[in-house]
Amino acid sequence: MRRVSTMTGWRVLSALAGLSLFAGLSGIAAAAETAGSIPDMMVPSATPAHQIFSLTLFVLLITGSIFVVVAGLLTVAIFRFRSRNSGTIVEPPQIYGSTQVELAWTVVPILIVAVLFLTTARIIFAIQDAPKPKNALDVTVVGHQFWWEFRYPSLGIVTANELHVPVSPMDRPQPTFLKLLSADVIHSFWVPQLAGKTDLIPNHANTMWIDPHTPGLYLGQCAQFCGSQHAMMLLRVYVDTPSEYAAWVKNQQKIGVQDPAVAAGRRVFETEACMNCHRVAGTAATGAFGPDLTHLMSRSTIASGATTNTPEHLREWIKDPSHYKDGALMPSMQLNDEQLNQVTAYLETLK
Amino acid sequence: MSTATRVMHSAPEQVWKLPSRGRVGMLSLIIGEAALFTIFVVAYIFYIGKSLTGPTPAQVLEVPILGTICLLSSSFTIWRSEHAIEHGKMRAFSGWLAATILLGVVFMVGTAIEWQKLIFRDGLTIRTNLFGTTFYSLVGLHATHVVLGLSMLSIVLVLSLLGRFSASQSERFAVIALYWHFVDVVWVVVFTVVYVIGR
Amino acid sequence: MSDLPMPSSQTLEPEPAQHGSTALLEWLQGWLVTVDHKRLGILYILYSIFFLLVAGAEAMLIRIQLAVPNNHFLTAQVYNRYFTMHGTTMVFLVGMPILFGFGNYIVPLQIGARDMAFPRLNALSFWLTAFGGLLLYYSFLGGSGLYGVGNAPDVGWFAYAPLTARTFSPGNATDYWALALIVSGFGTLGAAVNIIATTFSMRCRGMTLMRMPLFTWLYLVVSGLTLVTITPLTAAQFMLLIDRYLGGHFFDTQAGGSALVWVHFFWIFGHPEVYVLVLPAFAIANEIIPVFSRKAIFGYPAMVAASVGIMFVSLGVWAHHMFTVGMTSVTNAFFVLSTMLVGIPTGIKIFNWIATIWGGRVRFQVPMLFCLAFLYQFLIAGLTGIMLSVAPLDWQLHNSYFVIAHFHYVLVGAIVFCIFAGLYYWYPKATGRMMSERLGKWHFWLFVIGFHITFDTMHFLGILGMPRSIYTYQPDRGWNTLNMVISLGGFIQAIAVLIFAYNFIVSYFRGDEAGDDPWDAWTLEWTTSSPPPVYNFAEEPEVRSRRPLWDLKHPHDTDWEYEG
Repeated sequence: MRRVSTMTGWRVLSALAGLSLFAGLSGIAAAAETAGSIPDMMVPSATPAHQIFSLTLFVLLITGSIFVVVAGLLTVAIFRFRSRNSGTIVEPPQIYGSTQVELAWTVVPILIVAVLFLTTARIIFAIQDAPKPKNALDVTVVGHQFWWEFRYPSLGIVTANELHVPVSPMDRPQPTFLKLLSADVIHSFWVPQLAGKTDLIPNHANTMWIDPHTPGLYLGQCAQFCGSQHAMMLLRVYVDTPSEYAAWVKNQQKIGVQDPAVAAGRRVFETEACMNCHRVAGTAATGAFGPDLTHLMSRSTIASGATTNTPEHLREWIKDPSHYKDGALMPSMQLNDEQLNQVTAYLETLK
Repeated sequence: MSTATRVMHSAPEQVWKLPSRGRVGMLSLIIGEAALFTIFVVAYIFYIGKSLTGPTPAQVLEVPILGTICLLSSSFTIWRSEHAIEHGKMRAFSGWLAATILLGVVFMVGTAIEWQKLIFRDGLTIRTNLFGTTFYSLVGLHATHVVLGLSMLSIVLVLSLLGRFSASQSERFAVIALYWHFVDVVWVVVFTVVYVIGR
Repeated sequence: MSDLPMPSSQTLEPEPAQHGSTALLEWLQGWLVTVDHKRLGILYILYSIFFLLVAGAEAMLIRIQLAVPNNHFLTAQVYNRYFTMHGTTMVFLVGMPILFGFGNYIVPLQIGARDMAFPRLNALSFWLTAFGGLLLYYSFLGGSGLYGVGNAPDVGWFAYAPLTARTFSPGNATDYWALALIVSGFGTLGAAVNIIATTFSMRCRGMTLMRMPLFTWLYLVVSGLTLVTITPLTAAQFMLLIDRYLGGHFFDTQAGGSALVWVHFFWIFGHPEVYVLVLPAFAIANEIIPVFSRKAIFGYPAMVAASVGIMFVSLGVWAHHMFTVGMTSVTNAFFVLSTMLVGIPTGIKIFNWIATIWGGRVRFQVPMLFCLAFLYQFLIAGLTGIMLSVAPLDWQLHNSYFVIAHFHYVLVGAIVFCIFAGLYYWYPKATGRMMSERLGKWHFWLFVIGFHITFDTMHFLGILGMPRSIYTYQPDRGWNTLNMVISLGGFIQAIAVLIFAYNFIVSYFRGDEAGDDPWDAWTLEWTTSSPPPVYNFAEEPEVRSRRPLWDLKHPHDTDWEYEG
């Protein structure tokens, strides 16, 4: 009896060792490089990601144990029954099979499958069929070839590429429910620390939810190949404290800043076809094919995360979008240097 | 070694009979074809009623009763010709075979008339709506198989009339007949899906 | 000796004397118009090895691009073409043809037949497959076509709609992709029909179904699976072409069509396809592991049953590629269960292989080394497969590098390892010469090391959130070191493959004479000469057990006394 339990203990231990190796190595390799936000599913920060994380540990424990046992058996077999002397012509006794033994190793996997399946099913239902609380925030996410559109129907906000959601403390949860749509091809919304991914499919609305427990920036990106710049369809989720979030909402609900000092730039914007695709609330620009620029300066990146939002980058991006993102659907408008300076100056005012 | 030799050949001489490779091959092909049709049928069923614009099946489709009767009867006639060639009755064989081909041709003419009406009177083409896309694809895929079958049967008929197809080749003919029966069975499915469920 | 199934083939072989350029032309013609299953098998294998090198080179370009963040070695468009072509080539122009090549060469020999059931269909199948490959690669030249847009296909190997619609994929590259797969698909279908008819109708006397070598059994199963696997893909490709050329709406989301229909159809093909590729690998392992352990396969009936079981279960698991598309929780749970069930017959196989080794006398020659590595790697591949079958884990890991690592563990760690094992094992039969053991061991060890450096590491990248199909990545995500390591491992594998290619060519001229039965094996292919004569066996063999050569070599301890 004691022997058995030590054996089990040993297996659990070695599985745990494998597991920590698994999580540890990846963490070390990543942490060595950067202090920034690593989109690591093993560092969850919202309930769905947490539930998946716990399930991952459980599954790793089971698969790890299977590995230790089976690989161990295999290794023992190979070493114990290696041919010691190459000159031998004596064949080992021939054994053709054994019904009992084979039955045993059919039953054990069936039991393991049963356990794994039941655990999995429980988590599937817990995450997928979670009831939506009354205070949940609704956001509609629309995938476009190579950028994200975020609409807050209850707040009248439209923004792009950087999603702001309120923090959802454990004791006073305020989850965000995302309705996922696509304007063109299939995309996939994936921020590993918050939840698993869900696809954005044209003609087929999906939903998912997140309830981030800690404020901060969470990174992710499109996870379904969607064309040439799929790699630059990056995703930033800002989890704001209640006060930050309120301030953000207040600012986003304003119309675009109208600064007479940059009227020339605004004229360029409204005459050189920019406004056919982009919207600036409160002006004649109402285009819907590209990201809403009403509060462009409230975002820290441009081109869906391809580069940081500085005046130089913005100017370069307008001049030649293919410089940062070859294959982006935004065309180069062939503006001259003066027009470029003017339109950049205008956009810089859109706080 | 000599013991082994004796042992191996002293085994009781049983009859060693294996299935005909032609039949096995054709059956395998039919399984594959069945999977091909299944995908088109599933697509058809999935898209029933999902077209955004007209015309709808109920508006334009007429049940091809004559063609269906002809095609299904051709399974009977080809079975008769199989029977005839097995018994060496080559004239009866040619007769039943010709009847089969005739029935198949009537079916194809029926389809041609139906498509002519759909395209030119009802304005339904493969690009009109989802119904048009799935309808022409599924019915067209089946019609392609009918044409293929008719070509094979016609070659056999010509060979037979020239006296180049003999009763000894009944096995080969059985393989072609198997294919023809399959084409008939597929029509039952297509008919049910397109003209009964989908209308 | 006269009535043994050992023909004195050399004397019977017709060898007309040839001279100079006419001889060369006739030799060439002999290969081009051949209907001999052995020549076609060799053609299949050479064709696949050629494309293995091509797709391997594409992989190297991919890894150079990904070695460092924000790299500009390849542009986004070029990168997308390479990963699409790498995947398509490896599955359709390497995996499928090489496995059918083995089947073509070995199955008739193992069942004591003189050729396949339909030799001319066999030749047609090969040339269809071959032209499918040429068509695919012609897109590098012709993909721009009349429109001057696009080049080689760049929609990913699973080519999700509606990205493949004319709107999003102008030009002709996608058409080449669809057409190439249709054409080679017909070839594959023909090959499958042929193998089924051969195993059912061409067996020698005494070779009942339950006496067929497991290799042949698995080829029967795999061919049956191919029938119902490749045709759905063909159907979906037809639909895609109808959409692209005739203005159809199958996958046109603007006209009410559904993008998910393609996804379903593709994986109804795509998942069983994995088993189409892996079962022949099992087939090879089923021959090599017993021979090099000097023991009969453990639990033959269970192995047959497990293979048939895998075939059926594999038809009901496709939607585990679709856990993220928003299916209902019940549907998700169903596909979790069906997928996990695959683990049971697969587990039986692994245990039976271990039991075969248990109590044997393992010889560590190159074919066995590859098979042993296969056992470990396939075990891991199966376990990561179970992890991915857990839908919530898949929500995280789907389309990440974890998945890439998992399926490369299957496709390389299991299948390519078995293919190499099979090449080393049957090379002497096909050429009459042994491949160098020394180079073979270099090949093996370098390949194993490179493989693990690359693909073990990839798992971690997936956990750290790196998605697949991206041509570059941001330097601040913690993926830099791992990517560099993966790329280095890739190059070690490339060097190993080059050693193999060198060995493969040089051994043909300088290898040691093999003799008829260099491995002291037990199935019928080793009774005839190496290489076998055109007609394989001078007289039709007759068998009484699963290991006719064992019976012959051990007349006092024959198998047929024990087999049920």
